[in-house]
Amino acid sequence: MNAFVYHLGFEFRSSMRNRAKLVVNYLLPLGLYALMGPIMAPIIPGFRETMIPAMVGIAIMATTTLTLPEPLVTAREAGVFRSYKINGVPAFSILVIPAITTVIHTLGVAVIICVTAPLFFKAVLPANWPGFIVTVLVMVFACAGLGVLISVVSPSSQVALLMSNIVFIPSMVLSGMTGLPNSLLPAAIRKASQLLPATHGMNAFREISQGLSADFNPVGSLILLMISGVLSFILAIYLFNWDRHNATRRAHPLFGLMALLPYIVGMFLLS
Amino acid sequence: MKDVVIHVSDFCKHYGDVTAVDRISFDVYRGEIFGLLGPNGAGKTTTLESLEGLRSPDSGLLQVMGIDPVHQARKLRDRIGVQLQTSGMPDRIRVDEAMTLFCAYHGIAPRFDLLDRLGLSEKTSAQYQQLSAGLQRRLSLAVAIAHDPPVLFLDEPTAGLDVPSRVELHKLMRELQTEGTTIVLATHDMAEVEEITDRVAILLRGKIAATGSPLELTATGSGLTKVTVRTQGASLSDSNVTFRGVSKRVFREDYSIYYSTDVGPTVAAIIAHIEAQKDTLIDLRVERPSLEDRFLEIVGEGNSS
Repeated sequence: MNAFVYHLGFEFRSSMRNRAKLVVNYLLPLGLYALMGPIMAPIIPGFRETMIPAMVGIAIMATTTLTLPEPLVTAREAGVFRSYKINGVPAFSILVIPAITTVIHTLGVAVIICVTAPLFFKAVLPANWPGFIVTVLVMVFACAGLGVLISVVSPSSQVALLMSNIVFIPSMVLSGMTGLPNSLLPAAIRKASQLLPATHGMNAFREISQGLSADFNPVGSLILLMISGVLSFILAIYLFNWDRHNATRRAHPLFGLMALLPYIVGMFLLS
Repeated sequence: MKDVVIHVSDFCKHYGDVTAVDRISFDVYRGEIFGLLGPNGAGKTTTLESLEGLRSPDSGLLQVMGIDPVHQARKLRDRIGVQLQTSGMPDRIRVDEAMTLFCAYHGIAPRFDLLDRLGLSEKTSAQYQQLSAGLQRRLSLAVAIAHDPPVLFLDEPTAGLDVPSRVELHKLMRELQTEGTTIVLATHDMAEVEEITDRVAILLRGKIAATGSPLELTATGSGLTKVTVRTQGASLSDSNVTFRGVSKRVFREDYSIYYSTDVGPTVAAIIAHIEAQKDTLIDLRVERPSLEDRFLEIVGEGNSS
């Protein structure tokens, strides 16, 4: 336990020393927020009502799926995990500690958005703060799991970046985070968007946090996010490889697609 | 009876179609410094990493202190120290943080005394990426020995080290040996092997080509002793002049070099010849075959077979 706590402290300090990481963790989501706020708020009706959860959702997606995987892949490529293995650092710590550090940074960004959005853009504050906080935590947990899983199944940092964008870009467009209501999408695409954690996050935010009507069962969305998060971390630990040269692996990386299983089930159950 | 600490029997490892290690067997005894010597791709690192539990053998038996490195990896962790060939640590970890972190996972207090001992005391706040290659290797070694492991694996331990650091490292290895630590090192450095190891296995294309102490290995070679002579005059320039025991003769710059199977009579005959020719001896050196000579001989035999 002491080792885990020290490792977490080191990882957090290390992330603060890494300017590039700070830029990506803070400037990317806050930059998007600063860009979208003044453009979207005046032109899209109702954007102010969901602006805070939407911007927090974008921050969650950016920090977890875009920025979490690459350093993990790079560390594996540099042989850091081999040093960890011979010194008894478990796979659990290697994967969970960077995820926790990322979550801490994401929560920092969320606080900045919650404080500034009402001041600068007249954004509506959450009607149900506990509901907002629970939804943020569940969504960030699910997305961090996905980010970690991407890092484990990616053979290189280039592939990790590609996979991150395969999750991030559709999430931005289809989940309702950019102000485009999910209900305006064609039925097939609307259904397909339910494969994305961001869609479920936004769905839960609308009703549980903002008191608006959700497109489908918001509690169901939270449950799916939770199950998918747990599944992602379990799969990441199961598929974890210490060494890119080590040919022995427990299962094919495509096995990681199992993390989408809850969302596939949800497509049929949630309406 | 010697206490076997590391047992390797019929160990095989393949990477696709390439056979990295081909049915090798050897034992390492308690308190011994054992060297794995070989050219690039001979299988040294694969052997070490399999003993460390980083790779799984395809067949054969590997045991470190009676522990199976693959299936009892957790049990092995606290009993071995490892300095990897490429000692990857997080770029931004500080020297003192690295010591604290890895000691924490071994369940011990940080061994900052080792940072002093390995010349890292002035670098405790430096990040890993700011250290020179030599200092990175020293940090890796400090971390490897922090939990006082009974078995230490070192892969190219002096690569990138300057001469004083190398001497200091050898001193440290001797001290650890005195304290009872068994050390296995893989290296290209013949001088290092001759100086520090008790026994050596020479690996060639995944097989053990020779094993024994450095002295035993050099003694089992062709046995040719090199006699290098320089004279003021040209008494040795006639290639028809032969001496007892000489099997090969080479001229290099102003020197005549003789390879002899019977060095005493050869030297006596050379001196007698120089005196008889009323010439003056300027320089005479007798060098017994080195481990490097023997190694090159073995590699040559391996390549020609």
